[in-house]
Amino acid sequence: MTTDLILFAVISVLAVATALAMLFSRNAVYSTLFLVFNFLVVAVLYLLLNAAFIAMVQVTVYAGAIMVLFLFVVMLLGAEQLSGRTALRWQRPLAVIFGGALLAIIGYVFLFRPAGSASLPPVPAEFGSPAAVGSELFQQYLVPIEIASILLLVSMVGAIVLTRPEKRKAE
Amino acid sequence: MHVVETAQAGGLFAYAPLIILFPLLGLLVNLLVGRRLGERFVGLVASGAVVLGFVVAVLQFLALRSAPEGARVVVADWIAIGSLSVPWALKIDSLSVTMMLMVTGVSTLIHIYAVGYMHEDVRFQGDPGRYTRFFIYFNLFVAAMMVLVTGDSFLTLFVGWEGVGLCSYLLIGFWYEKGAGGIGNALAGKKAFIVNRIGDFGFLIAMLLAFWAFGSLRFDEVFLRAEEMGPAAAGVVTAITLFLLVGATGKSAQLPLYVWLPDAMAGPTPVSALIHAATMVTAGIYMITRNHVLFELAPFSSNVVAWVGAATALFAATIAVGQYDIKKVLAYSTISQLGFMVAAVGLGAYVAGMFHLVTHAFFKALLFLSAGSVIQGVERGHHHAAQDHTAHGGPPFDPNDMRGMGGLAGRMRTTFTVYLIGAVALAGIPPLAGFFSKDEILAEASRQDPIVYWLLTAAAFLTAFYMGRQIWMVFFGRPRSSAAAAAVESPLVMTAPLAGLALLSVVGGALNLPGVHTLGHWLEHSLGVLEAGEFNPAVALLSVGLAGLAVALAWLLYGRTPLAEGRPDPLRRLLGPLFVGMENKWKVDELYDWLIVRRYVDLSRFLAETVDGRFWHDWFHDLLLARSFRRGTRWLSDGFDLPIVDGFFNGLARLTGRAAGGLRSLQTGYVRNYALALLAGAVVVLSLLLFG
Amino acid sequence: MNVPTAYILVLAAVLFSIGVMGVLVRRNAIIVFMSIELMTNAGNLAFIAFAREFLSTAGQVFVFFTIAVAAAEVAVGLALVVAIFKSKHSIDIDQMSSLKG
Repeated sequence: MTTDLILFAVISVLAVATALAMLFSRNAVYSTLFLVFNFLVVAVLYLLLNAAFIAMVQVTVYAGAIMVLFLFVVMLLGAEQLSGRTALRWQRPLAVIFGGALLAIIGYVFLFRPAGSASLPPVPAEFGSPAAVGSELFQQYLVPIEIASILLLVSMVGAIVLTRPEKRKAE
Repeated sequence: MHVVETAQAGGLFAYAPLIILFPLLGLLVNLLVGRRLGERFVGLVASGAVVLGFVVAVLQFLALRSAPEGARVVVADWIAIGSLSVPWALKIDSLSVTMMLMVTGVSTLIHIYAVGYMHEDVRFQGDPGRYTRFFIYFNLFVAAMMVLVTGDSFLTLFVGWEGVGLCSYLLIGFWYEKGAGGIGNALAGKKAFIVNRIGDFGFLIAMLLAFWAFGSLRFDEVFLRAEEMGPAAAGVVTAITLFLLVGATGKSAQLPLYVWLPDAMAGPTPVSALIHAATMVTAGIYMITRNHVLFELAPFSSNVVAWVGAATALFAATIAVGQYDIKKVLAYSTISQLGFMVAAVGLGAYVAGMFHLVTHAFFKALLFLSAGSVIQGVERGHHHAAQDHTAHGGPPFDPNDMRGMGGLAGRMRTTFTVYLIGAVALAGIPPLAGFFSKDEILAEASRQDPIVYWLLTAAAFLTAFYMGRQIWMVFFGRPRSSAAAAAVESPLVMTAPLAGLALLSVVGGALNLPGVHTLGHWLEHSLGVLEAGEFNPAVALLSVGLAGLAVALAWLLYGRTPLAEGRPDPLRRLLGPLFVGMENKWKVDELYDWLIVRRYVDLSRFLAETVDGRFWHDWFHDLLLARSFRRGTRWLSDGFDLPIVDGFFNGLARLTGRAAGGLRSLQTGYVRNYALALLAGAVVVLSLLLFG
Repeated sequence: MNVPTAYILVLAAVLFSIGVMGVLVRRNAIIVFMSIELMTNAGNLAFIAFAREFLSTAGQVFVFFTIAVAAAEVAVGLALVVAIFKSKHSIDIDQMSSLKG
């Protein structure tokens, strides 16, 4: 077993564990924090996969902004426990079955029907650097950039509109 | 060879169609403008039309003098189908001209008389508006009669035959709302029409037989072929002639179809005079004479004709003896005299028959018109008497009843005179016309058939008797009612034609004096040379003697001791039940009613109520058809449409509903369920892709 | 790091399944949302793995965009949850079943 594999195993275990913890935690805040942890672990994995820029983006945007937003909302709305009684008794068992099935199928595909070369090609030096990704972005994918910015604007506006207090009828 | 070839029309013959046209024009003018232009105008136009017709008849007579074989005037094509060709053609020969002259001549006089008579009659009956209508019908009658006598074929003759029947009906029921029970006159008209119909049916069958046997309807052609076929056609010819006799029986009021004529007296008197004495009723005799070829070929039929005529003559005469209505006596007298004519043509004495036809027309028309004068005189008297006295109870006033007359000789001189002339002529007393014509018939009968002879002689005896009875009852003795006592003579417009007819009755015998045989020679051209009857002094003497005896008897019973008011007829005591029979017309009408009419009504009722009503309507239609149809449709709707068709679609809908309901349960509303479904689907698809 | 791509992909698959389970099982709307983010993240990981294998920057670019979109989506989504909470006073997604058929 190479060090890469061991490293990878450790990271995997961490990622899966945090994910499961997020899933099983009864406290919403804990769940959120576990997810943040998960994102950080995955960001590390990105680094290891020569996607430095993306890793940083993941940490800054995903873990730093999005999850913080989640945290705000959780604090705002309710980390309260929800009653255990539910009308959907079959939901959990079926979910387990189908989820397991999905995992099994995907695992089967990836493990027993591999495609592509067995060994990974060497990585050029600047692969995954901000300069490389940036130049690709602003040359090939200029239009999507602009559209994405508009999208962000729209979502900002939408969020504000949605959370505006209702106008009282008689002012 | 009896059939005479006729030349094509030319010269005066071409005017022949006018004889039909003038009366038609007269009636059209009266129809269109008559009502507005008044009685005077209407009478003038109507009489004028007939006068013009007489003029045309005279022209034809003159034309025949120069061309005795006659002519055939074709007016237009009428029927041309295959082998049947019946053009509208007039046959102008001495026979038809004789009839033309007689009819138009007598019609003229009667039209003039009617101008005066109807003037009073419409006021007496209370509807002056009908004056015009009368003359329209009268002219129509003359036109139809002309069609009849000038017809060149069976069919054209039949058209006229039907036409005069129609006019007879229209004129008998002229006062249609009057009469017994408010419809008596209308019923009389209906009776005349229906009884005539029976005769017409016989005529129609004869016509069809003729066409079937001989392939044509024209007289000339039929006669020619009948003669050519000779004995081979004997059966058919007998059948044809017998059916022609049936037709004549109807139209000329012989046994057994005479019953309509006495009832026809419900019409105004000029109608009785013209139609039911002089012209229409003679159509039967004319028709037989026209078909003399066929009758000569069928001796059996001729015998039947003679017997029918003789029997009718006697039978009707007996009834006439017991009648009290002045017109009814004359009606039965007419039937009796027609019997004489029919007997004559049955014996083959066509000339004698035609002779008597003409003379009878004169004096019978005279008698009827005079009777009309008498009736109106009594009506006028009643009017005066009613004005003098207040209304008194008693039997309703009947101007026709002889028992309410009497002593009119003094009050109505002219009428009495002409009536007497007519009566004497009818009785057959020389030298008036009736003697010569009747005697010729009797002479012929004595030579051929003794039974017929004795029947006719007896009838002649009774004729003289009942005329005498009538004269004494009406004109002599003392008036038996206030009306008669106040009777007034008729105006000149009525008495002048009477005088004309009286003159003709006196000199009419000259038409065919024995030895001279003017009419006989004249008719030769149409009928072929016939054996002229010689004058038989024995027969003549016997008939005159019997007539005188009869008159004497009548005087004995009615003249010597005039009938007093309210007393019964002396014959009742003498003859007892016989007289009752005579009085009641031997109950023939009642017999017919019971035997035929009532049976027919029962049959109709049966057919209507049982067959048509109960069977056809109630059972077949309502029960069978309607109910089955309803049941059928109800089964279709309730049993088939509702459960099956509706059920199918309803079931479909319910199925959809249930399916939808079932599927709706998938929409739980829970997002998690939907997500689960998504996942399940994704798993399935992946599995299929991978392993499928 | 020289790890077979398959292993990384399996890891992504596991994370994805966990995310799916989270969506299906949890009733808290925010937790569900977070599970969706986890799923998105797993997808990103797969992209990066392939970018590494085929030395294609496009994969990374795609992840970049995904993250941007996820950000926008979270903003709106959470605003929605807040709005719903204002009316229903609950974030139990089982209670938002008024579209029940």
